[in-house]
Amino acid sequence: MRVYATARTAFKALRRNPMRAMLTTLGIVIGVGAVIAMMEIGAGSSAALKKTIASMGANVLVIQPGTASSGGVSFGAGSTTTLTPEDSRAILRECPAIRNATPMVRARTQVVYGNRNWVPNAIYGTTPAYLEVQNWSILAEGEPFSERDVLNGNRVCILGQTLVRELFEGASPLGKDIRIKNIAFRVIGVLTPKGANMMGFDQDDVILAPWTTIKYRVTGASLSTSNQSTTVATDSVNTLSNLYPATQGGLYPDRASVQQADNPMPVRFANIDSIMAAANNSGEISMAIEQITGVLRERHRIRPDDPDDFNIRDMAELTKTLSTTTTLMTNLLLAVAMISLVVGGVGIMNIMLVSVTERTREIGLRMAVGARGRDILRQFLVEAVVLCLTGGAMGIILGHGGSLLVKLLLHWPVETSPAAIAAAVLVSAGVGIIFGFYPAWKASRLDPIEALRYE
Amino acid sequence: MDLITLRSIEKTYQMGDISVPVLKGISLTIRQGELVALTGSSGSGKSTLMNILGCLDRPTAGEYWLDGQETSTLSTDERALLRNRKLGFVFQSFNLLARTSAIDNVAMPLSYAAEDLSEREARERAAEMLGKVGLADRLDHYPSQLSGGQQQRVAIARALINRPPVLFADEPTGNLDSKTSEEVLQMFERLNTEDGITIIMVTHDPKVAGHAKRVIRMDDGVILDDAAPAGPGREAPGGMP
Repeated sequence: MRVYATARTAFKALRRNPMRAMLTTLGIVIGVGAVIAMMEIGAGSSAALKKTIASMGANVLVIQPGTASSGGVSFGAGSTTTLTPEDSRAILRECPAIRNATPMVRARTQVVYGNRNWVPNAIYGTTPAYLEVQNWSILAEGEPFSERDVLNGNRVCILGQTLVRELFEGASPLGKDIRIKNIAFRVIGVLTPKGANMMGFDQDDVILAPWTTIKYRVTGASLSTSNQSTTVATDSVNTLSNLYPATQGGLYPDRASVQQADNPMPVRFANIDSIMAAANNSGEISMAIEQITGVLRERHRIRPDDPDDFNIRDMAELTKTLSTTTTLMTNLLLAVAMISLVVGGVGIMNIMLVSVTERTREIGLRMAVGARGRDILRQFLVEAVVLCLTGGAMGIILGHGGSLLVKLLLHWPVETSPAAIAAAVLVSAGVGIIFGFYPAWKASRLDPIEALRYE
Repeated sequence: MDLITLRSIEKTYQMGDISVPVLKGISLTIRQGELVALTGSSGSGKSTLMNILGCLDRPTAGEYWLDGQETSTLSTDERALLRNRKLGFVFQSFNLLARTSAIDNVAMPLSYAAEDLSEREARERAAEMLGKVGLADRLDHYPSQLSGGQQQRVAIARALINRPPVLFADEPTGNLDSKTSEEVLQMFERLNTEDGITIIMVTHDPKVAGHAKRVIRMDDGVILDDAAPAGPGREAPGGMP
């Protein structure tokens, strides 16, 4: 028998008892509806969760220069001076797995405003991309500094909440000047509070400024400046602390100290402390590490058998948390989905069994006029599948409507998931076949004589 | 031409350890174009014989030749196909599908037919059949909107839709009053004489059997009597159309 005719027969049979068909479908409608709603709300929550964990820096890679050593004495991580801002740009340009990258220069020194002072955890010299890398783009106040500020080495900065509290006692710092190592920085933005990170490090105790400004104006020639007053003193007197060969002259005639103070010659030997890069997503981190390694080895002209002059750290712990959480969430939803669908399927099976009993005479008649067992089997199976698919379609609408309602009324994050819809259709057809099979098989095994005699 | 030939058909039902013989060696021949009534008291085995003749059941022993084909060895599916192509059934209780229009009821057996008719062809044929039984104006009526006689006529149209050579009627007038019974029986006679359809009726009503050209009386699993009915103006069996 043709498929179309079978489907038509099934529809007609179902239409003969619309109330029963509707009640039967209800199980699947609610089942699929629950699945869709759960999937959409769950996917939304999962995405929100992912975003939260990602904002903790799960996708962030930190590239540090490698270890310099001299005569067997290692100087510790980050002691070579090979990492440059150009490396950062090259990584962003040449690594497809990288979303963004930013050079980082770190300083730790005293900050002064009026009669208050404070030594923040970190003063970061960076680019505007840092905020995007750290998922910190939304500022509490003001606006971030620009690429132009970075190019010009402008003295602008963004404060973390802790600094606002400590230096300004909670008042708005916008437009005020703070001094870092006697250099005035205008506060143009305030970061949103982020709290402590996993290590207990206060992430709000931070100042962000263009890396050029921090490098050339604040840390100056020194990598290790801790105390403002001593640094100022040594800068002017002790030339031995100058790390950069350019300042030791040779190329240019020595300048008088007055001349130098009036018109400092900028030193643009630009090594940076680290590069912070963000992978597209947590799944691409290992790929990103590979790509960065390739790019940097090429740029630094490292021979194949020589070791890297840099190292890359990822947030493995966070990434693991992220994937565990996501898997857990997915499995939980799957379990709930399965249970509700099984319940719906059992409902279908019950009604189909009742239907087979009730229609015994019809089955007998169909057999008498030439229906084979498999025709009957197919008819009831198609009926069950039609019921389930109709129920599935209604369930999708119901579930989607439900999740939209939740979004509108409760403002929960909701994400439409085409995969869930496709799965729901497949599963409802599957449920129809699995739970429709037994009643259909029972019907096909009826003896036409008995069936015709059945009252 | 012999349409149906039975050779010492036996049917025994197994009730646990006890075997109950219902048919004890039935042999008979029915030729094309006959109008046969199968009568007998209840328990005489006429329904069992009817089921075997209708290929709904298999004999325990014996041969059943239908239209030149030995049927007692056919599989369930093959018998279903045979029923579809060669046999029509009319039941006492009509057995129409409820909430299904007359035309769809009539067209139903076509969906199991081997020949592939389009939806439109099937409906045309069903309409034609309904016209033949005088219900051309009731195509879209539901069974509940039809009288008993009309319902039985729909059932007859349904039995004839695949143009079978044989029509089985199991107590066709059992649920009808005498007037509509008469109509239905006259229709059988007309189908028999005009279209040459072989009709086999099971009945216990002598009045119904009186319409047949040949009456087979059964008792206790054997044929008691096989003759033309007593009554004026009836031909002897065997008249070719």
